[in-house]
This record gives sequence, C-alpha cells and structure tokens, in this order.
Amino acid sequence: MSVTLGIFGAVALLLGIVILASLLTWVERRLLGFWQDRLGPNRVGWQGTLQIVADLVKIFFKEDWTPAFADKTLFVAAPVIVMATVLLAFAVVPLTAGSGIAPDLNVGLLFFLAMTSLSVYGVVLAGWASNSKFALLGGMRAAAQMMSYEVFMGLAVMGVVMLAGSFDLREIVRAQSKLWFCVPQFLGFVLFLIAGIAEAHRLPFDLPEGENELGAGFHTEYSSMKFGMFFVGEYAGIVLISAMVVVLYFGGWMGPLLPPAIWFALKVTAFIAFFILLRAALPRPRYDQLMSYGWKLMLPLSILNLGVTGAAILAG
Amino acid sequence: MIFWPAALLAVVTTAIAVTGKNPVHALLWFVISLLAMAVVFFELGAAFAAALEVIVYAGAIVVLFLFVVMMLSLDKAAALREESWTKGPVWLLPVGFTGMLGVALAWQMLNTALPARPGRAVLPAAVGLKLFSTDFLAVEMASLLLLAGLVAAFHLAREAQK
Repeated sequence: MSVTLGIFGAVALLLGIVILASLLTWVERRLLGFWQDRLGPNRVGWQGTLQIVADLVKIFFKEDWTPAFADKTLFVAAPVIVMATVLLAFAVVPLTAGSGIAPDLNVGLLFFLAMTSLSVYGVVLAGWASNSKFALLGGMRAAAQMMSYEVFMGLAVMGVVMLAGSFDLREIVRAQSKLWFCVPQFLGFVLFLIAGIAEAHRLPFDLPEGENELGAGFHTEYSSMKFGMFFVGEYAGIVLISAMVVVLYFGGWMGPLLPPAIWFALKVTAFIAFFILLRAALPRPRYDQLMSYGWKLMLPLSILNLGVTGAAILAG
Repeated sequence: MIFWPAALLAVVTTAIAVTGKNPVHALLWFVISLLAMAVVFFELGAAFAAALEVIVYAGAIVVLFLFVVMMLSLDKAAALREESWTKGPVWLLPVGFTGMLGVALAWQMLNTALPARPGRAVLPAAVGLKLFSTDFLAVEMASLLLLAGLVAAFHLAREAQK
C-alpha cells in the first residue's frame, strides 16, 4: 500500500513539475516583455495565462516530422532522454522536511550530478541523429560545454558537502538551520549558479542553440511535440537548478512564519525569475570565451574554494 | 530481486556493444551496460560506487568517446570497412583470449560458493576513509598516472598547433 502511495505521490509531483515547466514558457515571455518595455503574450485568457493551452494545441497539431536522413531510433530517443533525466533528478530534491520522492538517499547529491551528466546524451544525440550540419555543431558545442561546466559544478558543491558532512540533501538542508550556506560558501554558490546556467544551457550560455549562427542548434530538425519535449525539458531544467540552489545554499524549506512548502516555493520562484532576468539582460559570449572562462577562471576558483573551505574546517 | 535482471542486461548490452558495427550505437549500448552495472552496485549496497559509475564512466568518459566519434562523422562506408576488417581469422586471437579468461572465470565461479550478500549498505564516508587511509598509495599512483596522461595530451595538442 505504501508503495502504491509512493508511486502516486511521485507521479503527482512529476506532473506538477511538467505543468509548472510549461507554464514557465508563458511566464518567461511575459517577464521578458515587461523588462523589454513591451507587453508579451496577453491575449489568451486573463493576462495571457491560458497561452500555454493555445501553444499546446498548436504544437500537437503540427506535423511530427522525422527527417528521412535521420537516425530514427536515436532521433526519437533524444528528447526522451532530456526529459527523463531532468525529471529523475527531482527524485532526490527534498521539498520540505517530510516530503519529496527519495530525499533520504545517502548519495542524493551525487544522484543529481549523475542525472545532469546523463542529460548531455539527450542534446548530443539530438545533434548527431539529426544528421545535419547545424544540429551536429550544436550537439558538439553542447557536449563540450556541459562536460566542462560539470567539472567545476561538482567541485563547487563539494564545499557544501564538507560543511554538512553528507551527500544526503535533507541532511544538507538541516545543517543550514543556523546559517544558510550562501554565507560561508558564497564563492561556491556563485560558481554553482553559473555552472547550473551552463548545464541548463540557458542564456548567456545557450551557444548549443545560438540562433544567429546555428539556426536552432541541436533541435533544428525537431518539430511538433518532440521539439515541445526539448522546450519543456529546458524549463524543467531551470526549475531543477533553482531548486538545487535553494536546497544547497539557501536553506531549502527553512524560513520564519510561513509554512515550509511556501518558503521553498518562494525561494525557487525567485531563482527562476533570476534565470529569466539573465536572459533579458546579458549578451551571449563567443564560444572560445565560454570555454576559457570555464577552464581558466571557474575551475581554479572552485579548487581554491575547496582548499579554503578545507583549511577553515581544519582550523575551526 | 533486481540484481539478476540488471546483471543479465549488463552482459547482453556489452555483447551487443562489442559486436555492433555502428560505433555510436555501440557506445550507447555500452552506456546502458554501465547503467546496469550501477544498478548492480546499488543492489549490493555500494551506492557511492554506483553514483561514481554513472558520473565518471557514463557521464564523462563515454561522452568524450562519443564526442570524438561524432567528429569523425562515420557513414555506411565506414561501417562496411569495419565489417571487412572483422571478417575471417582476425577473430581467432581475441576469441582465444576471451575463451581463456572465460574458462578461468567459470572455473573460479564453479569452485567457490556464492558469497553472501552484504547485509548493510556502505556509506560514502566509509569509502572516502578507506581510500585515504589503507588505499592511499593506490590513490596517489592513480593520480600520478592521470597527471602523466594530462601532460602527454597537452604536449600532443601543442605539437599539432604548429
């Protein structure tokens, strides 16, 4: 019985995340509109809130075209991998002290890192299976970018692991009951956030799909709901990274007065809005700048962070 | 309960990966094999090893292989060439070696009782403590090896730039 309940809860949570992620497509366009001094989509429903329904109907009625020159199996599998890995990673995110799918996994943080590193396959295979130049270039860029940024993402969170003494995400939140880790691990927080933006390949790190040079990058050949899965997968990725930043550095569900779930939702929403603001505010760097930034600046900084944290723990 | 299906999946997918002609597909079968291995580790109580299997092997090393194979843009002609290379007597030597290994493995398995499943899970901290106390020398040697590889790769990349 408890297994059935657990499965039911997991399905409900994942459905909620997918719906939230698709709602974000409207939120993003609307917020971008405000920040760029225009209205954004405001026609369907009150203030455009039903825009997502209109988009969904439209996208389902589009022709679901698989190019004749594509590798059919992998072409279909790629968007599935993107969605599946992002949704699986949510399994270890503790929403509150008592909820979440498997927040007590003793390698929870590593599970999250494993899923983000597997999500590379979705993007790379989309590029390769499409068998066209722009898509392949986008896939290659995605592979190199996500591999590089994954390295210091892992190193940056180790500071948190050292302070909390655990990979268990619920333990990590509990360890922040006195002081949120964004204070002692400020450098780690900044590094993790930047790596997270690159992992979700959002602007300013969206070179895998840089439209001014690559068409639509790795998903150039995708149409209809297969494209929709990449699209929703990207937004689910934003929700995931925001949730992880909150869990690792901003005390998860903790906060005064309001119930824990509300605090968690508020913090996550703030970071999602920050992601969208970044897109509105920042230009895209050149690809070689992106790479040397990752390897020559972020990696040494994250090693420095690790060393200083270790020294502080030993001294303290 | 999930141990045997996962172990079987690992063996079957590895076999497909070895015999496959399309290198990208072969690599992906290998990824499935690695994921199945991670499940096996997890079932045995080594959650940390399972996570590292996915992060390091499936998530990093095979992605790099895939990256290189994608750059080569292999096509049908390449698959045919691959096939022509693996025809005839070239199979004999590797099959012979594999057979020897297989016999040794089978002999070992038949002559020792199956070890009891460890009842407790190994915590990540225990693995770390062991690595940096009793296995310290091996860790340092592995890091030296990796450093040597890094220096060599750097050297090769610089040569190519001239």
